[in-house]
Amino acid sequence: MTDWTRKTAAQMVEAMAAGEVTSSELVRAHLDRIAAVDGPETPSAVHAFLHIDADGALATAAAVDADRAAGVELPRLAGVPIAVKDVLVTKGLPTTAGSRILEGWIPPYDSTVASKIRAARMPILGKTNMDEFAMGSSTEHSGYGPTHNPWDLERIPGGSGGGSAASLAAWEAPLAIGSDTGGSIRQPAAVTGTVGVKPTYGGVSRYGAIALASSLDQLGPCARTVLDAAMLHEVMGGHDDMDATSLDEPVPACVDAAREGASGDLTGVRVGVITELGGSNDSGEGYQAGVKQRFEESLDAMRAAGAEIVEVSCPSFVYALAAYYLILPSEASSNLAKFDSVRFGMRVEKATIEKTMGATRAAGFGDEVKRRIILGTYALSAGYYDAYYGSAQKVRTLIQRDFAAAFEKADVLVSPTAPTTPFKLGERIDDPLAMYLNDVATIPANLAGIPGMSLPSGVAPEDGLPVGFQILAPAHEDARLYRVGAALESLLAARWGGNLIAQAPELEVSK
Amino acid sequence: MSQMTYNDAVERFDPVFGIEVHVELNTKTKMFCGCANEFGAEPNTQVCPVCLGLPGSMPVTNEKAVESAIRLGLALGCSIRESSRFARKNYFYPDLAKDYQISQYDEPTCYEGSLDVVLDDGTVVTIGIERAHIEEDAGKNTHVGGTGGIQGADHSLVDYNRGGVPLVEIVTKPIEGMGDRTAEVARAYVATIRDIVRALGISDGRMEQGSVRADVNLSLRPKAADGEDQSAVPFGRRSETKNVNSLRAVERSIHHEAGRQAELLLAGEPVVQETRHWHEDTSSTTPGRSKEEAEDYRYFPEPDLLPVEPSREWVEELRLTLPEHPAKMRARLREEWGFSDLEMRDAVAADALGLIASTVAAGTTAQSARKWWMGELARTANEQDVALPDLPVTPAQIAELQGLVDSGALNDKLARQVLEGVLAGEGSPTAVVASRGLAVVSDDSALEAAVDEALAAQPEVLDKIREGKVQAAGAIVGAVMKATRGQADAARVREIILQRAGVEG
Amino acid sequence: MSSLERSDVARLAALARIDMTDDDLDRLSGQLSAIVDAVAQVSEVAGQDVPATSHPIPMANVHRADVVIPSLSQQAALSGAPDAEDGRFRVPQILGEEA
Repeated sequence: MTDWTRKTAAQMVEAMAAGEVTSSELVRAHLDRIAAVDGPETPSAVHAFLHIDADGALATAAAVDADRAAGVELPRLAGVPIAVKDVLVTKGLPTTAGSRILEGWIPPYDSTVASKIRAARMPILGKTNMDEFAMGSSTEHSGYGPTHNPWDLERIPGGSGGGSAASLAAWEAPLAIGSDTGGSIRQPAAVTGTVGVKPTYGGVSRYGAIALASSLDQLGPCARTVLDAAMLHEVMGGHDDMDATSLDEPVPACVDAAREGASGDLTGVRVGVITELGGSNDSGEGYQAGVKQRFEESLDAMRAAGAEIVEVSCPSFVYALAAYYLILPSEASSNLAKFDSVRFGMRVEKATIEKTMGATRAAGFGDEVKRRIILGTYALSAGYYDAYYGSAQKVRTLIQRDFAAAFEKADVLVSPTAPTTPFKLGERIDDPLAMYLNDVATIPANLAGIPGMSLPSGVAPEDGLPVGFQILAPAHEDARLYRVGAALESLLAARWGGNLIAQAPELEVSK
Repeated sequence: MSQMTYNDAVERFDPVFGIEVHVELNTKTKMFCGCANEFGAEPNTQVCPVCLGLPGSMPVTNEKAVESAIRLGLALGCSIRESSRFARKNYFYPDLAKDYQISQYDEPTCYEGSLDVVLDDGTVVTIGIERAHIEEDAGKNTHVGGTGGIQGADHSLVDYNRGGVPLVEIVTKPIEGMGDRTAEVARAYVATIRDIVRALGISDGRMEQGSVRADVNLSLRPKAADGEDQSAVPFGRRSETKNVNSLRAVERSIHHEAGRQAELLLAGEPVVQETRHWHEDTSSTTPGRSKEEAEDYRYFPEPDLLPVEPSREWVEELRLTLPEHPAKMRARLREEWGFSDLEMRDAVAADALGLIASTVAAGTTAQSARKWWMGELARTANEQDVALPDLPVTPAQIAELQGLVDSGALNDKLARQVLEGVLAGEGSPTAVVASRGLAVVSDDSALEAAVDEALAAQPEVLDKIREGKVQAAGAIVGAVMKATRGQADAARVREIILQRAGVEG
Repeated sequence: MSSLERSDVARLAALARIDMTDDDLDRLSGQLSAIVDAVAQVSEVAGQDVPATSHPIPMANVHRADVVIPSLSQQAALSGAPDAEDGRFRVPQILGEEA
C-alpha cells in the first residue's frame, strides 16, 4: 500500500497521469496525515495548520479527477495538494496572518497567487501557521501558539513561515506557499531540511499578501525537492496588473533549469563564498561548528563537480541587519495602521473611536508586533527620518553595489542559510536581538531584491539537526538558483542515498 | 459680540494670506483602483479591497489622473518634475481606509508656477504657486445623534465611496501686499482656479458639490513704519480656515478672520496657530480641537508605487492641449460679440459665458443669445434660486427657439411661452410648439377669416383707414391677436386689413 | 539620538494608537532601547553621498488605464465589519476634527 504522503509532487503528477492514483486519494491521504500528527489532541501536535479546509480540498480534487477521466486537459500541477501560509488572503477561507486581530476574518476577495493556485486546480489543504504578521524567525510569535519542528518537537521550525516548512517536513503536504521578507522562507527551510525559494522582488505578485515590509516582501515556493519548488514557482510567478511593483517579464524557466541541473554537472560555474557570511576569515563566532562543516562539505562537493569556488567580500553587509531592522518596522508600522477596528477584524469597543482603536490594537497585537510598530514609528518620526530610515535606505544602495561587484566575479553567491541549527522553543523569545541574528545571512537578498534559495546540506553532527545551504543569484536570474540548486541536491542525494528529509525521525501518530 | 470690521483690521495691519485648493478630478475611476468615480451612489457600493484598505490590497496609479494633474500644473505655469514619487501621510481617522493617505510630499509633480488673476475692475494680480500635487480623497463620515455635527454626536457612519477619488492640491505661496483687497483677491483666485479646471475639462469645478474646496490661511503683521520695507516685517501667526464651501465664503471668512485676529493683536493677545472651521450661518469661525503638538505624519516614499516620470515630449504634447487662459478668452469674446463692458461683466457674474458661447456656436447671434440667457432665463433662475447652468434647457434648444423666431414661426410672446414649456420638461421647442399648438398662424384663409370676423364687429375701422387713419388697423390687429391667442402673424394680419380697406400698406 | 526613554515610548505608542499599561511601557522601553542602540550604527552612513534606494528593482511609470472595474457589492464590502448601519461602517463617537 503506497504511502502517497512520502512522494514528491513530481511523482504525484506522474502517478495521476498514469492512473495510479487520483487527486481525491492524494488529498485524503494528506488529510489523514494531518489528522494524525497536527492537532493538539495528537501525540506529536506539530500545529503546522491554523485552518484545514477538507471540504474545499476534496471538492477541487473530485473536479480534477472527473475532468481527467473525461480527457479534459489539465494544468501541470492539477490535483496536487498544497498548504498556504496564512499571510495570503484566500476568499472564503479564514485569513489571520498569525494574529488575533484578524481572528475570524473571512476575506471577500482572493489574492492573485491564491487565484493562480485555484486556476492551477490544486486542492488547498489549509492555511499554515506563522509568526504574527510575519515578524519573527521561530513562529513562536504566532497569536495561536507555536509550530513544532518535526525533526525535534521541542524545537522551533523557523519563522516566520514555520507552519509551511513544518507541513512539508511532517509529510502533511507536498507543496506549500511561503513569504520571505528577511528569510522567512529560507530559514525555516534550512531548519526543517526542506527547500525554500525567495524569487526576485516583483517576480511573484504581492496583491493579496498581507503586507509586512512592502519593499522587502516576496511570496515563494516551499517544497521537499528543488524540482517540486520549480514547478510551484512557475505557477506562482508572473506579472500582475494589480501589483505595480510586479516585474513585466516572463516567468523564469525554473523547471527546465532544475531538470538540467539534476545531472550534477557544475563545470564552469563560479561559486562565490561571501566572506562576511561564513567565509574563510569570517566573523564566524555566530556560526555553529556543524553548520560550518556541512557548508564546507557542500562546497567540496561542488568543487568536485567542476565548480570554481572563489571568495568575495561584501563589506556593507555589516550594516545589513541594522538597515533591515529600520526599514522593516518603518514600513510595517504604516502597513499595520489599517488594523483599526473599523472595517474588519477585532474590535474592543470603547466610548470613542480613538479609544477603541487604542484598546483593539493593544489587545490584538502581540509584543513583537508592538515592538516593531513603535520602532518604526520612531524611525519615521520628524527629526529622525534622516538618521534612521533615510540612512537605512542608503545602506540598501551600498548592499546592491556590493552584490553587483560580487556577481562580476561569481555566477552565484553562497553561504550557510542560518548561523545555527534550530534552537529550542522558548530559548530566545525574551531576547529580541538574539532572535534577529537568525536572519543575518538571509537579509541582504531582501534588501537588494535578488533571488535566493535554501536547500538541505546535511544534519549537524553535534545535534543531528538540519543545516541549510543558501544560494543567491542576480536579480531576474531565478532560473540559475534552480540549476545550481538541483545540481547540489543531486550530488548530496548521491552521498546520502536519497534526499535528507528521508532521515527525519518518524513522528508518533494518533491511533 | 460684534468684532472689529475687516476694513479697520486691514487699515491697522498688513494681511498676508495663502490658499490651498483641492480639486476633485473627473476621471472615470479612482486614483489607485478601478472603482467608479461618480457622485451619488448608494454607500459603499463603489469600493474594492484597495480603496477599502483591506489587508493585502495594493494601489496602482490612474494614468488619466496623472495627465490631468500635469495639464493643471502647466495651466498654472508650473514646472513638471522629471521624477516624482508618491508618499504616505500617516494618521488615524475613520474615513481614511488605510489610516494613511497616499499623497506627494517633497516631490510634487508640479511646482513653482504663477497665475494672473483678473479682478472685477480689471486689475491684474500675479499669484505665486508653490506646488500642485496629486493625492487621494478620504471617505465620508456622517455623524449621528446630537446636531448632526461632530460635536455631541453619538456615533458615526462611514461611507468609502469617495475614498480614493483623485485630488490635485494647489498651494499658493504667501500672498502679501494686497491690503484691503485681500479678500477680493482671494475670492478671485479661487474663482479663476475653478474656471481653469472647467476649461481644462478635468473637473466639473463645483464648490457647492465639493469638487473644488478651499482652505484659507490668513495672518496679520504690523504695518511697516515710514521708510521701512513692509516685506521685511516678519509674518504673524496664521490661522487656517476649513469648510469654506463657496466663493462668497472665501471672501467672508477672510473678512471675519482679519477682524478676529486684529482684535486679539490689539488687545495684546497672541493669535493661536490653529485650524478653524467656517460657519456660513453665523459668518464666523470656531476653533478646531486644540492639539498639544502638531501632528507627525511620518511621511516616507510609498513603496507600493513607482515614480511618475513624464517624458519631456509628453509634457509638451499636453501643453499643446491647454485651452486659452480664462481672462484672455474673455477679452476675445467681448470683442467678437461686441458686448459693452457692463454686458460682459453681467454675463461673467451670472456664469453665462459658456452658455452664450455654446448658443452662438449652435447658430444664433451673440446678442440674441445674451437676450435669452441674461433676460428671461436669468429671471427664471433667480426666481427658482438656481444657477443659470442648472436650468433644464440647453444652448442648442435656445438656438432652436431663436431660429423659430427668426423664421417667423414664432413671435417674441409665443417664444416665451414655448420656453416655459421647454423649462417644464415638455420637450424641445419644436415639440412644444406642436403639442401646445403655439405656432404663428400664417395661413391666409384662416387669417382672412379672423380679420373679417373682427371687422364685422368693428365696421367703422375700415372707414377710418380709408380716411387716412391707418393706425386704426391696430384695433383689428389686436382683436385678431386676441382671438388667435397671440398666434396670428401680426404683420400679415395688418396687410389683410389694409387690403380689405383697399389701401396700400 | 540613541536610547528611547519611557516617555518617548509612551508618546510613540499614542501616535501608533496602541494602548500601553505601565508594565508594557517598562518592558518595552528596555527592549527597544537595546534595539535602537544596535541599529543606530546606520547613521554612520548618513553623511555619505549615496542615493537612497526605496525600490529594489528600478522601474517607473507603472500606471493603469482609466477604465472601470466592477466594485465589491455593498454586502461584500461590509462583510467583515465589526458594526454596520444603513450600508455604512458604524464607529463610536469621533473626537477628532473633520479633515
